[in-house]
Amino acid sequence: MVKKITSLTGSGMHDWLIQRVSAIVLAVYTLFLVVYCMAYSPLHYEQWSALFAHPLMRVASFIAMLSIVYHTWVGMWTVLTDYIKCTTLRLTLHTLIILALFGYLAWCTAILWGL
Amino acid sequence: MPSSRPVYLNLLQIRMPVPAIASILHRLSGVLLFLLLPAFLLLLHYSLNSAHSFACLQECLQYPLSKFVLWVMLSSLLYHLIAGIRHLIMDAGFGESLTAARWVAYTTLTLNTLGIICLGIWLW
Repeated sequence: MVKKITSLTGSGMHDWLIQRVSAIVLAVYTLFLVVYCMAYSPLHYEQWSALFAHPLMRVASFIAMLSIVYHTWVGMWTVLTDYIKCTTLRLTLHTLIILALFGYLAWCTAILWGL
Repeated sequence: MPSSRPVYLNLLQIRMPVPAIASILHRLSGVLLFLLLPAFLLLLHYSLNSAHSFACLQECLQYPLSKFVLWVMLSSLLYHLIAGIRHLIMDAGFGESLTAARWVAYTTLTLNTLGIICLGIWLW
């Protein structure tokens, strides 16, 4: 039970599903960016900033960042519970990782909406 | 009485089958991507801030060290993506027999090696 308290949903099945759904979101988002960059290569600022000025792209990027938060939360939990036996160290590390992820989410939101 | 049997828990001394190598590298690239997340956000920040910062970023990425960091970032992303697709394929129930699993793992590693070399050629 000690292992469960920092898992994302507290249920292996839920974590498993969230991990896969966020993985698919991130794969689609990454492939879109790769195709876009290849199609408009060499990339200019006007092109690039116009892409991220579009509301749909901003929302898609925000969803991608949110997927990174969920995906990393579950992924790092899996790695930490496999390799770090000391509970204090594991909980501390995982808490720091979660705080960092929330920070990155705020940072990413600020970048996307030019705050 | 102390046992004189050798205990091999050293990862470097355990023989890892190919699927295990593909999986552990997937974990490694995932941890690396988490550590490199600020670098990805910095790229996004400087590329979108202004035309000036976009130009500065392009100039900064000409340095060998920044090119190397970018290469590590993109390589981790590529590996994690391809190895992730491998996991999804196996989750869907394909390639679960021993022969197929080995073949899938070899394909993953080969595609990634080629991809990472191509990334290097493209960057330099």
